[in-house]
This record gives sequence, structure tokens and C-alpha cells, in this order.
Amino acid sequence: MTALPDAPPAVAPPRPPERSARPRSRGPRLVRRALAYGFLLAVALLVLVPFGWMVSSSLKRNNQVLTVPIEWIPQEFRWSNFIEIWDRIPMATYLGNSVFLSVAITLLQLLTGSFAAYGFAKVRFPGRDALFLAYIATIAVPWQAYMVPQYIMMQRAELTNTYWSIILLQAFGAFGVFLMRQYYMSIPDELCEAARIDGLTEYGIYRRLMLPLSKPALASLALLTFVNTWNDYMGPFIYLTSNELWTIQLGLRSFVGQYDAEYAMIMTGAVLSVLPIVILFLIGQRYFIRGIATSGLK
Amino acid sequence: MAQAMTRSAPGGSPPKRPAWRGILIGWSFILPNFLGFALFTLIPMLAAFALAFLKWDSYNSPEWVGAANFRRLLSDENFYVALRNTFAYAGGHIPLTLVAALGLAVALDRKLRGVQFFRTAAFFPYITSLVAVAVVWNMLFNPTAGPVNQFLHALGVDDPPRWVASTDWAMPAVIVTSVWRDMGYYMVLFLAGLQTIPKEYYEAARVDGANTWQRFWKITLPCLRPTTFFVVVMLTIQSFKVLDLIVVMTDGGPGRSTLVLSQLIYREGITEGRFGYSSAIALVLFVIVLTVTVVQFRLNERSSTR
Repeated sequence: MTALPDAPPAVAPPRPPERSARPRSRGPRLVRRALAYGFLLAVALLVLVPFGWMVSSSLKRNNQVLTVPIEWIPQEFRWSNFIEIWDRIPMATYLGNSVFLSVAITLLQLLTGSFAAYGFAKVRFPGRDALFLAYIATIAVPWQAYMVPQYIMMQRAELTNTYWSIILLQAFGAFGVFLMRQYYMSIPDELCEAARIDGLTEYGIYRRLMLPLSKPALASLALLTFVNTWNDYMGPFIYLTSNELWTIQLGLRSFVGQYDAEYAMIMTGAVLSVLPIVILFLIGQRYFIRGIATSGLK
Repeated sequence: MAQAMTRSAPGGSPPKRPAWRGILIGWSFILPNFLGFALFTLIPMLAAFALAFLKWDSYNSPEWVGAANFRRLLSDENFYVALRNTFAYAGGHIPLTLVAALGLAVALDRKLRGVQFFRTAAFFPYITSLVAVAVVWNMLFNPTAGPVNQFLHALGVDDPPRWVASTDWAMPAVIVTSVWRDMGYYMVLFLAGLQTIPKEYYEAARVDGANTWQRFWKITLPCLRPTTFFVVVMLTIQSFKVLDLIVVMTDGGPGRSTLVLSQLIYREGITEGRFGYSSAIALVLFVIVLTVTVVQFRLNERSSTR
């Protein structure tokens, strides 16, 4: 779990073909394989049922959602839900706010995180390792234990109910530094040494050598940060009170609070709030999984 | 990860450069992040400790009161309820997620065409936003017409629980939801751990006639120990600080049946503005997490030297 390149769990390393100790006949093997698929399919169904139900409900009328027996496939597909929702709540504003916050925080995290990680991984100076330990230690402290002092600080600085509070609190996380440092540690020092002899400054090495080499790690960090910010509820919930600043998560939650019987509309909103993340995840799945397997941390 | 923390990095600079230049260059890299980190994480964290010994609310100026906040805690019924609920949540969430994640990882650690699809499916809930998860599960758990209870009816349960509408079953409902959401994440960690087990072990065991069950208990589990330990520590920290799922799904209710410590911190500190008192609760939460983690580390050391 230490270095990225040797921990690609999603893509299993090629294993030697199974040499069976005793020759098996073809029949049982086919049966075994069918059983394995059947089992996996059952597991996948169990995991995905809530999603299926969400999508199916989003295409129904409100009074068709909670029926006995369950209607898994709607009799008629009400695609109009997906048009109506934009008028019911300021969906476009919420989505735009979420995109803005996620992009801003991700960019800052990438920039400052990778920059600091280079200092921790490749520049030697006294006190460096102690400082890094302080970074790591804070990851283990639950955020809930210091959310109140953070809140007091933001209140005194009059930054509550602005995006500054969220951005400042989330853009400098220790996590990005940790993830990037792990990756830089796996890049051989000889490479930096050679660059130094060629006359590159440390900043040059960071920009021309490390950044291009660490693209996979940057992608992991970017995706994880983006998704975390997009899905974050407590941050915006604590700090953003004006409706026009709300993220999609807050908007959806408030819609549920106000119209708790509009089951289909709620599900339509839920689908729309999840959709961007699903697309992002399907595109960048590889980096996601690697980032998690490397760090083991959110 | 543990080794990476303590191992000092093989730093790169040749010895001919003066030391102060190294310090200057090193800090210039770290500073942009460190400023934000120190100001918005480190200082609040240290302040939280001090705040716990102050009497301070939004109207009055801070005043040193020693352990008064903690004495008040001992007579606060909400605190006991939240403490018990937090342990109940952790007691359900930790073992169930562990078993589910390990089960998924073992099931999906095979060379089978399309296995990647199943891994993606299992990981999917984790990237879904909590609000969507809570909204969907709240409806699935609907006492009268929810799919969960319809399923239980079909199985012959005449009087299925009322889940989020009942004080006894709200916590189990929250636990089920959180296990479903988190298992894919820990599955990824277990899958990474499984890749490190040499395949020769299984070959040898098969030649010796060990069946699947024996191979799992005698090879897979012992070899996975470092991963399992790491997962348990992460799960513990995550469980004790649970907040957002509860806020979105039940908001502590019905009654106080799902009120947890983090939520009490939020209510006292941010809603009510009792900064000192809420920090005392936060300190208790921190000490609990720290104690459990330290005990886990000790247990792990002892059994690995045995």
C-alpha cells in the first residue's frame, strides 16, 4: 500500500494459467463457471437494486412510486420529470455552484498538495520528517472534533455564508500532500540528481520532471477531491445559508424537506445529482481505485 | 502506510550545498500548503483542546472554568444517549462492513471474464452522494409500501419492523445503509491485499488436499492480516465520527434514537453557540477514538510477535 505503481488492484497482475493438479473434465468446469457467474450476478443485483429503484422511480408519477406490489418498470416513462425539475427548484444554480466549488477546491488541492509533496519527498532539510508526521497525525483526528473552532474562526473573519469558508477549509487538506508524496517517493532520486547536474533548479525539476511523471497520481487526487467536494454535505450545510449559494446536495435535501410526498420528483433530483459523478467515475475509474488503494484514506 | 510514515525519505540534495539553502528551498515548497493547513486545520485542532476548558458562548466572552464542562457532561442525559448510540452504530457498522467488504473482495478476486464490471458495481455506492443515498434508502425503508418490507412480507414476516419510523429500528436501518455504502471502498483495500498473497501457497494447499474453506481460513485470512488491521483501524475512526449520514437520513430521530456524539457537538457548538461545552464533547470523542485505535495497535503488535 505504499507506492502507486505496484498497487494496481483493479487490474490484477497476469497470473499463470491455473495448472490443475488433476485433469478435470469439461463438464463440471462449465457448471462451476456458470455457478460463479450466477453468484456474482446475484451479488451485483443486490448491490445495485437501490440504484435501479431510484432510476425507475424517477420516471414515474408521484403516486406510482410506493405501490404494492412494487412496479420495477414504470408503465409509462415520464421523461417530463427531468424537464419539470428544473422549474421546481433552481437546479441549474445548484449544479453550477457545485461545479464551481469542486473545481476551485480540486485545483488548489492539486497545486499546493503536489508542490508541498515535492518538498517532503525530494528536498532534504532538518525538521522535514517531523513536519510530515504532524500532517499525517491530523488525518487521524476526526474533523468533527475541531469543526466548532473552525466555525468560530470563520464567523469572526465574517466568511460564513461565502464560498471562501468552504474553499479555505477544504483546499489545503493533508490528504493531497500525503498521496502525492507517496507517489514521488517511488520516483528514483537518481532522476532528480541527473536533472540537478544538468543545471535544473528544484522548481524546474518539479515542473518539468515531477509533474509530467506524476500524471496518474494527479489524476487520482483530482478525481477523489472532486467527488468528495461534490458529495460533501456538512461543509455547505454549516456554512452556506443563502439559497443562491447552495450546492446540489443542499438543494436536494431542502427539496426533500419541503415536498416529502413528491417521491418521483425527489428521485429525479437524486438521479441528476448523482449523474455527473457516475460519468466521471466511469471515465476515470482506474485512477479512483488506485488512489484509494494507495492511500487507504478518503 | 505505517512504514511510509516513519521511514525517512531518501532526500536528494548533494552535500555540497549549504544547509540554509536546503531549508529555504524545502520550506518554499511546503509553505503554500502549510499556511492553509496550519491556519485551518492545525490551529483549530489545538484550539479545540483549550476550548474544552472554557465557558464561552456566542454572547459572553471566554472564561476559564477548568473541568466544569466535563462535570456538566456527566449529568447531561443527551450525552449518555449519544454515547450509547455512537457505540451501537460502531458495534454494527464495523463488523458488518468488514465481513461484507472481505466477502466481496474474495468473491471478486478471480480470473473471470467481466469481473471488472462486478467490481465497479460493488464500488458504486461509495461514490454516490450521501443525500441521494439517504433519500433512496429512506423510501426503501418506508414501513408500509417500501420495497424492503414488501420483500420481508414475501418471506413470510407478518410484522416487519417500521425502520426509520421506529425508535428501535432506526439505528439498524442507518447501519444497513452505511454498510451498503462503505463496503465497496474497503473491498478495494482488501482486493489490493489479496494481490500480495503468493499464489504458490494456494497451489501447495491444493496439492495437500485442502478444500476452499480450509484455504480461506489457513492462507487467505492470515496473509491478509496487515490489510485487515488497517481496514479495522480506518473503519473504527470512520464509525465513531459518523455525522453526515445521520443528519441527512434521520437527523437523530425519531426522538433521540439515532443521536450520535458528532451530532451533539454540532448542535451544542454551531446551532446553540455553546463553544466551550461542545468542545468538551469533542474532546471526549477524540479520546474515545484515540483509545480504541491505540488498543487496536497494541493487540496487533501482540499477536504479530506471538
